[in-house]
Amino acid sequence: MEPSKSETSESIKLVVDRVYEHYRHYDPVQSALIPLLQDIQSEVGYLPGQALERVSQLLKLSTSHIFGVATFYHQFRLRPKGRHLISVCRGTACHVGGSLKVHDLLLRELQITPQVDTSKDGAFTLQQVRCLGACGLAPIVKIDEDFYGRVDGEKVREILQRYRGAGDGGSQ
Amino acid sequence: MNLMDRCCDECSHTLQDPCQDYIPCRTRGPLCHSGEECGSKIMRALDETIYGKDGLRVSVGTSTCGLASGAQAVYDALVGEVAKFPGTKLVRTGCMGSCYAEVIVEIEKKGHPAAIYDNVTPDKVGSIFNRYLGGEVRGAFALRSRTGAMMGEEEVPLLGELDFFRHQERDAIKNCGVVDPKSIEEYIIHGGYLALTRALKEMTPEQVIEEVTTAGLRGRGGAGFPAGLKWKLCRQVKGDTKYMICNADEGDPGAFMNRLTAEGDPHRVLEGLIIAAYATGAKEGYIFVRAEKPLMAEHLTLAIESARRNGLLGKNILGSGFDLEVRPMLSAGAFVCGEETAMIAAIEGKRAMPRSRPPFPATRGLWDRPTTINNVETLAHVPTILVNGAGEYVKVGSEKSKGTKVYCLAGKIERTGAVEVPIGTSLRRLVFDIGGGVPGGKRFKAVQIGGPSGGCLPEGCLDLPLDYESLQDAGAIMGSGGIVILDEDTCIVDLAHYFLNFTTAESCGKCTPCRIGLQAMLGTVGRITDGQGTAADVDYLQKMSNAVADSSLCALGRTAPNPVLSTLRYFRDEYDAHITGKTCPSHVCRHMIRGYRVDAALCRGCRLCVEPCPADAISILDGKDGSGKAMRRANIDDAVCIKCGRCAEECRFGAIKEVW
Repeated sequence: MEPSKSETSESIKLVVDRVYEHYRHYDPVQSALIPLLQDIQSEVGYLPGQALERVSQLLKLSTSHIFGVATFYHQFRLRPKGRHLISVCRGTACHVGGSLKVHDLLLRELQITPQVDTSKDGAFTLQQVRCLGACGLAPIVKIDEDFYGRVDGEKVREILQRYRGAGDGGSQ
Repeated sequence: MNLMDRCCDECSHTLQDPCQDYIPCRTRGPLCHSGEECGSKIMRALDETIYGKDGLRVSVGTSTCGLASGAQAVYDALVGEVAKFPGTKLVRTGCMGSCYAEVIVEIEKKGHPAAIYDNVTPDKVGSIFNRYLGGEVRGAFALRSRTGAMMGEEEVPLLGELDFFRHQERDAIKNCGVVDPKSIEEYIIHGGYLALTRALKEMTPEQVIEEVTTAGLRGRGGAGFPAGLKWKLCRQVKGDTKYMICNADEGDPGAFMNRLTAEGDPHRVLEGLIIAAYATGAKEGYIFVRAEKPLMAEHLTLAIESARRNGLLGKNILGSGFDLEVRPMLSAGAFVCGEETAMIAAIEGKRAMPRSRPPFPATRGLWDRPTTINNVETLAHVPTILVNGAGEYVKVGSEKSKGTKVYCLAGKIERTGAVEVPIGTSLRRLVFDIGGGVPGGKRFKAVQIGGPSGGCLPEGCLDLPLDYESLQDAGAIMGSGGIVILDEDTCIVDLAHYFLNFTTAESCGKCTPCRIGLQAMLGTVGRITDGQGTAADVDYLQKMSNAVADSSLCALGRTAPNPVLSTLRYFRDEYDAHITGKTCPSHVCRHMIRGYRVDAALCRGCRLCVEPCPADAISILDGKDGSGKAMRRANIDDAVCIKCGRCAEECRFGAIKEVW
């Protein structure tokens, strides 16, 4: 287990500093903001406040500017996420194919609300995404890196069971 | 010898001092000296690249749609099967566009017909292998060609004979599902980088621009701006530092042609980008690719690295003296990035907010330098234009718009997928001849084309030839070419609400008409779908649509009212049904449900519905059936019911019905 997974402010600072090394040659260095935030999120799982503050020091940008960017783009999360990230595609084809029902079913199955998007046991975080681009197989649900096409209520329950059953171990 | 290696010491090509004919020499070499031995060495390398050491090639489509259908498990099964034939070439290809038939596996023994199998599951892999190697192709989905070497060949159609493929003319996506996207060698075998060779060896940048202008290539990302003119504008601006950007930030819901193209044939996109950079005078390029589409990002990144390793990026490309560096940049996702100035802000590390134009990016773009931005699909057409010449290219297409366009068919249609047809092809051909129409005996209602900036076109528009102008006249736009087919179960007003939800959330907030106007429209349409609409709402929507369209800063705001305007134009009756009839004819808008009733003939009194009811509205009553036998069944108290529909979802017997 990498120490970077823990969320003490010291270790977060270390992660940011380490990631920053890949980008310090950017000219101007402020243009590295988005890739830097992406790398931090992929290590920590989200963007903690301390990380934004550290980035602000390194890139010499105001924290409000960084917060503005982090809240502008869909990819960034400011809250921790569960062990598995479930993305329900809300593209047009998925909408027409009933993805809202799938989303509502997942809310109930995971006993969460759109405001509290992570299940109590920390196993799942649910999010809606714009379009995953597999419209031919709508509706689409993505769990971590795995795509599931033509899902319905029954299939969603079955897939969830697989992730729960294997001690959160995933689909395979 | 690998196909990219030098054949012998007589070859003078090095990365430092590259040969102009390096690319044609890979497949037709040696070109600088005679040598039968070198020729056969190259042929062997070519053969091995495609068929492996034992003349057998097996491929499985593992692009995103393939993976969503279970292609990884099929691939794993193939690995096991292929282990019995160690010289076999096993390849993960992109998607050939027929999403409806995924997972797709293709087997080809050299000298025998390549057989394609659809809907493959891991358990079928063994028998597919055995039958094919046993000399039989019966049961295959299609063949690429007939050779007469196998049993049952006449019974299997050729790929080009299938309805889905026979009306298509493929250019931008012709290699998708055919080549290994991670192999620069396979792209070169299929004619790759010959266009770049021609441009760098025989043409000046001005001549390249001239050729693309004559070909009439128009931007495939949405507005259809002539690509040659765009390049020329950037070329004419003085300055040493210019940028070339490939827009691979596909964010239009319902469109996936860029993903499919770049996942399946990334080198074609890169080749188009290098040629465009040469033409405009850019020495630095970016591929701005959406992080939400990881496989596309991965394949484009690998293509860049492999092109650099082989001297197709970097200094002195193919000995021409032209230098270019290209960097992938992961987009963090914002629909407004489709606006050029917003995308530039994103690459600069800022919030993606558009600015007013002029100045256009051609004069002041990235870091205030001259910048050209082209969409993935636009760039994918460039190699064909330079290889075959503009004269060939203009033979296809409509009067004002030349060439082919990739459309994505999704929604309520039998055969979903991506298809490429000449510009000017009718909607009817796409939806019915190619797509097979609406499944399940349902009635066709409309197509939604162009995503959140586009519109809904009814049956009366089916014979419309699809090109930029005709679509605009009809109230839609070409957009990126995503077509979502709607049937009688789709509520048009709900769909307008869906798109407003989308554009409201995606509005960057910079200009007032878009930020506030869309919000107001969303509220109004929301009231209508909730059953609270009034007669004045329609007028209000008209007025506000025009205001937002006329006064927004960028195309996102200017086109965001299109879904409302087009549905008001063609489906006014559905708005009226919601507003005056207080009903949703398609049974979608759930606030219009009047209640739920239990079908006594189907209910078994099992109690499954009782506990989930959040309002405690369901009780189980004792009673007698027709023959006087005692029975229990559910009863819904209408006074308490909140019409949430949980009971209907839980019922295993379909006994609880909605009352509309």
